[in-house]
Amino acid sequence: MSVSVTVRLQREPFDAAAEAHRLTHGRADIGALVSFTGLCRGDEQGRPLAALTLEHYPGMAEAEIARHVDAACARWPLLGVTVVHRYGRILPGEPIVLVLAAAAHREAAFMAAEFLIDYLKTRAPFWKQVETAAGRSWVEAKAADEKSAARWQTSAKDRAAE
Amino acid sequence: MKLRYFAWVRERVGKAEEDVEPPPGVVTVNDLIAWLRGRGEEYAFAFENARVIRAAIDRAHARHDAPIAGAGEIAFFPPMTGG
Repeated sequence: MSVSVTVRLQREPFDAAAEAHRLTHGRADIGALVSFTGLCRGDEQGRPLAALTLEHYPGMAEAEIARHVDAACARWPLLGVTVVHRYGRILPGEPIVLVLAAAAHREAAFMAAEFLIDYLKTRAPFWKQVETAAGRSWVEAKAADEKSAARWQTSAKDRAAE
Repeated sequence: MKLRYFAWVRERVGKAEEDVEPPPGVVTVNDLIAWLRGRGEEYAFAFENARVIRAAIDRAHARHDAPIAGAGEIAFFPPMTGG
């Protein structure tokens, strides 16, 4: 059983359908593919948003995503994982992040995709800055995101690693 | 060692990275933050609420009580907001 893993950071937009095709093309072992795309909304707390700018820590961002992909592969019987995360300036309506999880059956694919996006939001070194008419401001981390990520901790060992 | 700063920590410190040689008494990430705070008002501002600052040692998340001996690169940044 070969697990096809792609982790990529890029400035330019991505094509989720093309990434899904690349992951599943020519294979007959994948029975379930879950795709999550995070998009840039056009408002920030009721104010129109001009753009988002994503800063990241090159080197660590890739390493941190790869660590969580490895953790997902150890936890669920996955056949493929793709994570694409953009950085730089992103306009409303454009995609920010893509998580694809492929498995023989749907449960592993759903769980792994949710696990990965929950961890990406709280552990991958990216920071969003919003541009509105009022100027630029850094997005504050949400307690709800920490709570979502914490759901996946199953043991004292996991918690110690946090 | 090299220090790197990101997001509003970088803006407050006023630089993205620098090379420093902390004195021998600086053993943990906490000690390093305390030492940095004494280096000027921009550092005092950046690290005024040390509890919210996250750290990474050689590109892996690190707790504030982690030892820094042998580290090549230490980064400080706010809680992450990617995804």
